[in-house]
Amino acid sequence: MLLAEVEYVRPKTVDEAIGLLAAHDGARALAGGQTLVNVMKARAASPDVLVDLEDIEELRGVRDLGNGSVEIGAMTTCAQLIADEAAGARSILGEVASKIADVQVRNRGTIGGNVCSNDPTNHLPPLLVALDASFTIAGSGGERTVPAHEFFIGVYLTAAGPGELLTKITIPPGGQDGFTAVTIGMDGSAIVTAAASLNGGARIAIGCVDAVPVRARQMEERIGSDYSDATVRAAAEGLGATLDPPSDVHASADYRRRLAEVLAARAVIAARERR
Amino acid sequence: MDPVTSRRITVTVNGEKFEYDVDARRLLVHFLRDDLDLTGTHVGCDTGNCGACTIIYKGVLAKSCMLLAIQADGASIETVEGLSSDGELTKLQQAFSDHHALQCGYCTPGMLMSATALLRDNGAPTEEQIRKAIQGNICRCTGYVNIVEAIKAAAK
Repeated sequence: MLLAEVEYVRPKTVDEAIGLLAAHDGARALAGGQTLVNVMKARAASPDVLVDLEDIEELRGVRDLGNGSVEIGAMTTCAQLIADEAAGARSILGEVASKIADVQVRNRGTIGGNVCSNDPTNHLPPLLVALDASFTIAGSGGERTVPAHEFFIGVYLTAAGPGELLTKITIPPGGQDGFTAVTIGMDGSAIVTAAASLNGGARIAIGCVDAVPVRARQMEERIGSDYSDATVRAAAEGLGATLDPPSDVHASADYRRRLAEVLAARAVIAARERR
Repeated sequence: MDPVTSRRITVTVNGEKFEYDVDARRLLVHFLRDDLDLTGTHVGCDTGNCGACTIIYKGVLAKSCMLLAIQADGASIETVEGLSSDGELTKLQQAFSDHHALQCGYCTPGMLMSATALLRDNGAPTEEQIRKAIQGNICRCTGYVNIVEAIKAAAK
């Protein structure tokens, strides 16, 4: 497919990238390109300028901050999340990254690209909400850090606005994490996802049922700190009724409601069982 | 540093250095096929799903329909044409032939690149690892069984 005419630039630093994003209306950051290039083919997006982040070393890599806390550069690929030793300090990251698409896509696709595209069916947004991650956004006015629930705003929309760049994602200490999904074929697109993290209480997030990941707050309250199968399954009942998921050829809204309850319970139990 | 609509790029493909002027909007797969005449790299779905355009890019497997040629400035690329030398098939290519691992052959270049990358990392993959490794490559003819058999045989 021939793309629409576009300009291209490959800065070396975050400051240069922000300057370029701010200076050109219709500029977009190009991370791994595993979503954006296809979106451009379909003319669903037609940026005027692509600011390729490939050479910005400060955006890459994972730092182990201890006790399961990690700091992940936005340009860290899924393949690095799987193989990197520091990322291994929070094992759920590599485990979920290994379920995204295929080898080729994981080699190029980045954590920053995955969350900034914020497709409701992406794996990482609900996971990062459950992990209580925070997102550092750089702009011409400096840096700001926003919590996950403020980062994901709407379909394909995040708190990183025009002229801004997501630089890193920080995950607080923890490790009792679980993730479950029903997908279209093995490791295919998700129909419903659920992520849970147990850290003095359960944080549970459901994906694919709304524009942004949905916290299952009532279920969290009912569970308290009793992670037994019976309590968790009972707590999940009624979760579906609080959701307004889409219907499509893969699943009806009612089926997604039912999946949300089953998968949320399984995610909590998986988190409990993690060693 | 200013954005440009085209640029002269230098790329190394299968060990040979090329310099070309490319438009920013040109996909790498079209650069390989139409500028360099390396038509072994196929365009299947053009949506990043089928893997027929798979190449080894900067040492790792990638789909060339989701890369821009201008991004490849300075990169080293391997395509299916670079696998064999002197007209001799590689062990993997011979195994594809011996095990009838292709019918129409359209997916074969991508399959060969994915299997080549796998065998470089892992000389003795399990069947599960082989199947995971070719997950990004769709074949509509074979049902994959003979492809998996060929890769197993090449690993021996």
